Amino acid sequence: MKLRALLAALALALALGCSAIAFAVDNTPPIADPAMQQRYVALINEFRCMQCQNEALADSNVGLAADLRLEVHDLILKGKSDEEIRDFLVARYGEFILLRPRMSLRNAWLWAAPSVLLLAGLAVALSVMRKRSRLPITDEDTSDNTADA
Amino acid sequence: MPITVLAIFALILVVLIVGISNAPREGRKDIVSPLLGKSAPEFALPKLLEGGALYDGKSLRGGWHLVNVWGTWCGECRAEHAMLLQIKGEGRVPIIGIDWKDEDASAKDWLSQLGNPYETVVTDHDGRVAIDWGVYGAPESFLISPQGIVVEKQIGAMTSEVWQSRFLPHLSTGMPAGAKAGA
Repeated sequence: MKLRALLAALALALALGCSAIAFAVDNTPPIADPAMQQRYVALINEFRCMQCQNEALADSNVGLAADLRLEVHDLILKGKSDEEIRDFLVARYGEFILLRPRMSLRNAWLWAAPSVLLLAGLAVALSVMRKRSRLPITDEDTSDNTADA
Repeated sequence: MPITVLAIFALILVVLIVGISNAPREGRKDIVSPLLGKSAPEFALPKLLEGGALYDGKSLRGGWHLVNVWGTWCGECRAEHAMLLQIKGEGRVPIIGIDWKDEDASAKDWLSQLGNPYETVVTDHDGRVAIDWGVYGAPESFLISPQGIVVEKQIGAMTSEVWQSRFLPHLSTGMPAGAKAGA
């Protein structure tokens, strides 16, 4: 019984400790409007921290990440749309700042490659099948039909 | 038929090899600044010296300038300082320093101790101008043409190799049209 209570207290302390760490990263004052704050949180998770490169702005405690979070915060308050904020950062830091790259002519082939490969595979399969269809037909098909009826 | 299959296989192989050889080394990627070929971002910042008078970024136009982003907290900046002094000594191009997120007092100490390679130093305390310049790691150096275009950028310390291979050629060949006609 006592052990259980102790474990529960420990788990609670751990959870509180973790959440305190999670909150400590972002010191930007929250936006009063909940919808805007929601957009802010979504956006800072979309951008890369340029100094750490494999972290999102939201997760980094590097000075520049804090500056960029504040910039996003202020741009939202200025009434900029999500797309305008993305454009703002891409114009300065390049596409690399987007953790989810945009589709462009340069990377379109990446998106197209799977379907192109699939079509190529289909073409090969079709020509193989056509070749095989020239072989004499066995009577399996007809026997199948009669069994069904 | 085997020839088609082989061709497809060879194509995939080529794509993979090109992809792997272009992969970022050491997990880091040097980002090509989208500013290259565009106008230098506008700014107006207080000067570190001369009593904090405002410096207008438009003053960059009319002649070649090297814009160097630095801070006393930045170790690489100390490493490149001698190179900046050498560039100043060569007298080909004035250096404008942007002291990024720094304390004025330590910046002044730095310059009096290590020497001042800059024609002007401006202070960007909150880092807003650095964001406009797409700065993500000091030191960074930008070469600005007389027309105010960013023509070259170095991320990390300026070395004599980088200076000679990528920056100096612009200064000797990229003269403004007017100067060429006059010569």
